Amino acid sequence: MTPALPALEIRGLVKRFDRPAVDQLDLTVRAGEFYSLLGPNGAGKTTTLRMVAGLMQPDAGAISVFGIDARRDPVEAKRILAWVSDEPMIYDKLTPYEYLEFVAGLWGIDARGAETRARDLIALLGLGPHAHERCEGFSRGMRQKVALAGALVHDPRLIILDEPLTGLDAASARQVKDVLRERVTAGGTVIMTTHILEVAERMADRIGVIARGKLIAEGTLQELHELSEKTNGRDADKARSLEDTFLALIAERAQAA
Amino acid sequence: MDRALVSAASNTGTMAWFARHEARIAWRDWFSMMTAGQRWRTRNVVIGLALFAVFMHFLANSMVGKHAKVGPDNHDALVIISGAALLSWCLVLSQAMESVTRAFYARSDLDLILSSPVASRVVFAVRLAAVACSVGLMSVLIASPFINILVLRGGARWIAAYGVVLALGVAAAAIAIAITVALFRMFGPRRTRLLAQIVAAVIGASFVIGLQIAAILSYGTLSRLYLFETGALSDGLPSIDSPLWLPARAMLGDPFALSVVVAACLLAIGFSIAIFSRRFGDHAMAAAGASQAPASRRTQSFYRFRQMSPSRVLRRKEWTLLLRDPWLMSQSLMQVLYLLPPALLLWLSHREGSGALIVLVPVLVMVSGQLAGGLAWLAISGEDAPELVATAPVTPRRVVRAKVEAVLGCIAIVFAPFLAALLPFSAFHALVAGVGILAAATSATFIQLWFRAQAKRSHFRRRQTSSRLATFAEAFSSISWAGTAALAANETWLAVFAGLTAIGVLAGARWLAPR
Repeated sequence: MTPALPALEIRGLVKRFDRPAVDQLDLTVRAGEFYSLLGPNGAGKTTTLRMVAGLMQPDAGAISVFGIDARRDPVEAKRILAWVSDEPMIYDKLTPYEYLEFVAGLWGIDARGAETRARDLIALLGLGPHAHERCEGFSRGMRQKVALAGALVHDPRLIILDEPLTGLDAASARQVKDVLRERVTAGGTVIMTTHILEVAERMADRIGVIARGKLIAEGTLQELHELSEKTNGRDADKARSLEDTFLALIAERAQAA
Repeated sequence: MDRALVSAASNTGTMAWFARHEARIAWRDWFSMMTAGQRWRTRNVVIGLALFAVFMHFLANSMVGKHAKVGPDNHDALVIISGAALLSWCLVLSQAMESVTRAFYARSDLDLILSSPVASRVVFAVRLAAVACSVGLMSVLIASPFINILVLRGGARWIAAYGVVLALGVAAAAIAIAITVALFRMFGPRRTRLLAQIVAAVIGASFVIGLQIAAILSYGTLSRLYLFETGALSDGLPSIDSPLWLPARAMLGDPFALSVVVAACLLAIGFSIAIFSRRFGDHAMAAAGASQAPASRRTQSFYRFRQMSPSRVLRRKEWTLLLRDPWLMSQSLMQVLYLLPPALLLWLSHREGSGALIVLVPVLVMVSGQLAGGLAWLAISGEDAPELVATAPVTPRRVVRAKVEAVLGCIAIVFAPFLAALLPFSAFHALVAGVGILAAATSATFIQLWFRAQAKRSHFRRRQTSSRLATFAEAFSSISWAGTAALAANETWLAVFAGLTAIGVLAGARWLAPR
């Protein structure tokens, strides 16, 4: 039996601006898992994910999405992934249905299937009463939900979200989290960056911690706790929240640098 | 406590304090607009402005130099001066309406100011005065090359023209405030923005177009000042001692006329600020509420997805967004308004069999280039969801091709009726116009593509500030193609050289464009 292809495999990824933003990064995300990427501001999380989504060219390294070389064949890689940024980018003058039809057309998928999926997503995300209104008057939460529906309407195998819960109220955040969880349960893969550590703690199967463009720790919540205890010599009972572990790992990295 | 701090604190919230604040913000806005936010461009901007000023003085000399010696007892001179002033004033009034509308709807600092314990009457009195000052100063700035030439060649009496231009600018602001508040009261906050901008654009264009149409109907020419210059209007206008000529007399240095004009304009702005500044705060808050209110418009309650290729959905999306934005539509199609006079010329030519086609063909080509430039900016730089399109499984080349097709499709829809009307009259001229329109529109589209810079669609009016190079390249390209079309319509081989110049402009733009 051949092992399943990883959803995302990054090897030796490099991106420099005035300093290295991503520095020889290696990262593997398994198919069907919810992976949360954490790190302080400017750690290189968004830059990494933008390179995976094809929004930025790496200086060096390899990116593979379900075995497809994303640098050599970006169109094929894009066909099976979706990108949602913290700033929902939708068209003010289109209705949610028209927006979803546009996305389905861009991804070149069957209109009938897309229509059914669009109806389900609109209902699931609570957009039903506004489905035929233009997005220009929508709140931030509604806009983010429309953007998320757009990311899911073409049924991607890998969905990448950069701070998708920023500025959402509790009810909207819950709806987004439920949709993502269902996605993973149905076999999809989700990679999400977030500053809300409680979300990563509750939702992620595995967590990666990135600092200064390098992956400094990775594993399940328990594995990260153990790593933090081992390197910092702390009592296991004193560092039980992800926040404590995260801050300890970052502090250790800063000291080493 | 520091004496300066105490003094500053005691003066806060006064009109003078707000005026200082507004002046500082206005200066920084202007500076940022001129340098596109890059301080290192300051020297280039200063050199550019100096060269532009020199060029404008030469242009002014050729246009008004011959009129410098006229006296206040010359009826025809009063007609020409008044006509030119009225033409310019329409444009100033249009600009003033834009400024007043912006003051209503600008949200950046209104929330802060309106939530402070300062009387909103004070704030808006200063803000309206600032609009009046900026409009007045802008008028003076634009008129200064012409006035300087008149002073140099006609004597110091022309210095009075500065006072008249400033006063008329201020009066335009007063009228703009009254019109905008009236629109607000009649149509409410949501519709006023669009209506005010359309009214402003129509005011700006209509007088010029009206004069052209009158000149065509009377003399078969597109010249705006022809009616004034021929003296044909003089017989039907009031006599030399009529108060209608006061502004013209004031410009010619008549102290009494100058005092009356300046006093009347200052009174107008004074009344306008006194009456409307109290209500302006309420209107501004209503405008802010209007922009936040959810859209209630429904398109259709049942929606069926259609199977489309990525190129087709991209083209369809561009057209839908344009059709659903009346403001952008009006801004784009305003350029088409300028086609009305050539259309009339075409119709008359057809009827009378005159040879006006040589004038018509380059006008069509020129307007197509300008219109395509604006539409291409919207489709390429004004993309609202660039990351969505960039992460779609479509090659960038295909995306660009679909957007170019969307722009050229719009151009085809606008210009096809003109070409169809031209065809039975002269197939050759229709062919020249068609090729010229295609070349000018394609060139303008590619210039926008090479110089693209992500921006909000609502910044359409300020798109020139993101790249002056692109603006100049687009203008030169349209002019070169219009020149080529004019020469080709004249059936001269010089058209080849003009065409090569247009291609050279395009190649230069490609070379200068950021990689």
